[in-house]
Amino acid sequence: MSLIFTTMTRIFFILLLVASIFMLFRGHNNPGGGFIGGLFAALAFALLALSDSVDTARRALMVHPITLLGLGLLLALLSGLPGLFSDSSFLRHWWTSIGALHVGTATIFDVGVFLVVIGGVLSLVFRFYQEEPA
Amino acid sequence: MVDFIRETIILWPVAIPLAAAAFAAALSGRHGLQRVVTLGAVIMTFAASLLLLSIVLSEGMVAKEFGGWRAPFGIVFMADSFSAAMVTIANLLALCAIIFAQTELRPRQIEAGFHPLFQGLMVGVNGAFLTGDIFNLYVWFEVMLITTLGLITLDRTRAQIDGAIKYAILNLISTILFLMAIGLLYGATGTLNMSDLARVLPETQASAALTISAMMFLVAFGIKSGFFPMFFWLPSSYHTASIIVSAVFAGLLTKVGIYALFRVFTLLFDIDDGAYKPLMAFFAAGTMIFGVFGAAVQWDVRRILSFHIISQIGYIMLGLAVATPLALAGAVFYIFHHIIVKANLFFIAGAIWRATGTFDLRQCGGLIKQSPYLTLLFAIPALSLAGIPPLSGFWAKFMMIDASFRGDAGWLAAVALFVGLLTIFSMSKIWLEAFWKNPPRPIHYRPVPVTVTVPIVTLCIITLTIGFAPDALVRFSQRAATDMADRQAFIALFFDDTDIAEVNQ
Amino acid sequence: MSLIYAFSVSALMGVGIYLMLSRHLMRMLFGVVILSTAANLLIFVSGGLQAVAPPIIQGDMNILGETAANPLPQALILTAIVIGFALVAFAAALVLKAYGTIGSVFTDDQNDAERLGSPFYEEGPRNG
Repeated sequence: MSLIFTTMTRIFFILLLVASIFMLFRGHNNPGGGFIGGLFAALAFALLALSDSVDTARRALMVHPITLLGLGLLLALLSGLPGLFSDSSFLRHWWTSIGALHVGTATIFDVGVFLVVIGGVLSLVFRFYQEEPA
Repeated sequence: MVDFIRETIILWPVAIPLAAAAFAAALSGRHGLQRVVTLGAVIMTFAASLLLLSIVLSEGMVAKEFGGWRAPFGIVFMADSFSAAMVTIANLLALCAIIFAQTELRPRQIEAGFHPLFQGLMVGVNGAFLTGDIFNLYVWFEVMLITTLGLITLDRTRAQIDGAIKYAILNLISTILFLMAIGLLYGATGTLNMSDLARVLPETQASAALTISAMMFLVAFGIKSGFFPMFFWLPSSYHTASIIVSAVFAGLLTKVGIYALFRVFTLLFDIDDGAYKPLMAFFAAGTMIFGVFGAAVQWDVRRILSFHIISQIGYIMLGLAVATPLALAGAVFYIFHHIIVKANLFFIAGAIWRATGTFDLRQCGGLIKQSPYLTLLFAIPALSLAGIPPLSGFWAKFMMIDASFRGDAGWLAAVALFVGLLTIFSMSKIWLEAFWKNPPRPIHYRPVPVTVTVPIVTLCIITLTIGFAPDALVRFSQRAATDMADRQAFIALFFDDTDIAEVNQ
Repeated sequence: MSLIYAFSVSALMGVGIYLMLSRHLMRMLFGVVILSTAANLLIFVSGGLQAVAPPIIQGDMNILGETAANPLPQALILTAIVIGFALVAFAAALVLKAYGTIGSVFTDDQNDAERLGSPFYEEGPRNG
């Protein structure tokens, strides 16, 4: 890989991760959300895998993508449970205000989606990059 | 606590496998824990589905609106006796498959994600049975599609990759057609809630868009359930998967397609108007005949059984082709009988492989001396599939053929009888080749573990029970058929008179 | 305006179906992608086409304005796109795997599943 690409990747890796978090929380009231944020974050790791190696990207991710996917699914499922107890309606979200920040269980759901997307996309991308077609 | 569970019972058959899939994925690499999670989940899901069935039977339909959104705006789940029974039987099969898997699953298959994928499949199947929203049904179909693709390619052999590609392409076409049908239906009616559609559709002016939408539903679900001109993906993929996966696919996947077809053509569209019935009759006859002929030349046990799935789907289709209450009841009975028997035959194919090390009938043989019990266990579902009294298949075929004669469709009854004869031919082929004849070259027989026999025996006992005491299931099927066709009950689930008045204002 | 969209849907479907008739796996995959795009466009058109404001609730309001578009078809399409994305990614991985193990992307060469227990081949490879 060219020097320019590997150097720029380090900058873009950070930028994309920051942008992904921004997108995740922006999705609250504006266009954005867990899915797009997750794609941004997956893109960051995919870039790293492309410029350096899949192993580096795996190490940077720290957990196995499938584990991440499972955790995200679990988080999304858990976020629906509170509504079950209050209104006996699954995914009925609770809301609260911390200062100016309006958060609720829907945020947890979004974080879950975020993790599922990262895990799902990366498990495929890593496999794509690792396999040398015959 | 009890009240809470009763109140939310309809969610659990989906929520438990979903949580189990999430846990199993998060625990990837730790095989012991994954096994405990899966086993616990299938037992709990089966218990939840039994409770759901008992509640539906004693108190009538159950429904739930999601996220605090009233129908028709939010997504809803609903269960009548038909869908509750389908969920129960699906989870019984899942339980049997997981018991079977205890010794038959190889570490590599677990590594490839068997546990999360299997639970994900059960999420999709249960969700498809319980949902009350047509777009949500599409989502569950996609969940099923993606998990089945993962399950087929568990071993990553050449044959599996080949089968999975055929499966993927044809099923992708099916889901795209399904999506288009939903789009047209939404354009014509402005709603996606099935109860609301049942209310709105009879008052909607007939249009080309609606007819095309109905036809697209027919073709989309036809591909899913393996009808005559569109079944090719089934026998070219099911036999490649590992036997646990094949058994679950054979029992459940096509039946989900059939279930969706029955829902759409009893609740939404009126099967009696238009050219639906002759079309269904044509499909049903073709499906029965081509399925059974396809099986005749094959030598792989799993492939013979795969072709027989198709011919049996044809029998179930008779229910919609005749479409009298009697025929619908017969179809419901047939679905239950077929799920049990077909999955059992695949389990037995797995036991044959266990004992002889091959699925190819030309290479195995001599099992009648080696394991006479297995021979007896094979005879029960095989004869039941062919419709020999007093097994469950006899009553199922009897109900269908009786309904065809009464419904002025004698020629369909003739086709059904003829196909039944050919089914005996295929079953006796397996019998002769695998059990009776001496093997062409000496085989080193291996013992069949008890975890393999337990599910087979369980399913055999169910087949025998249905065979000797069909009354209860016949009565239940009649009730399910009445419930299925009762549009007013579905409408009353979510809309009372005041709601309708509000809409009209 | 609907007519233009109707023609685009049919053109996309035609292209998609043409590609799917190919024996090349990648072309078939592209066919599926284009066909699903056609399906999305179909939902969009049948949801009712109007030149109106996007369905976003303004900061000082609680409900959608009178002139906003119907958000439901857009939500459906969004869901369908996401699901389609996952499926196509998976199918692409499958095609790559097929190319790796079978060594060809032409459906003519892919008959391993067909071989099992077929009377036209002597003894199929052992599988199970």
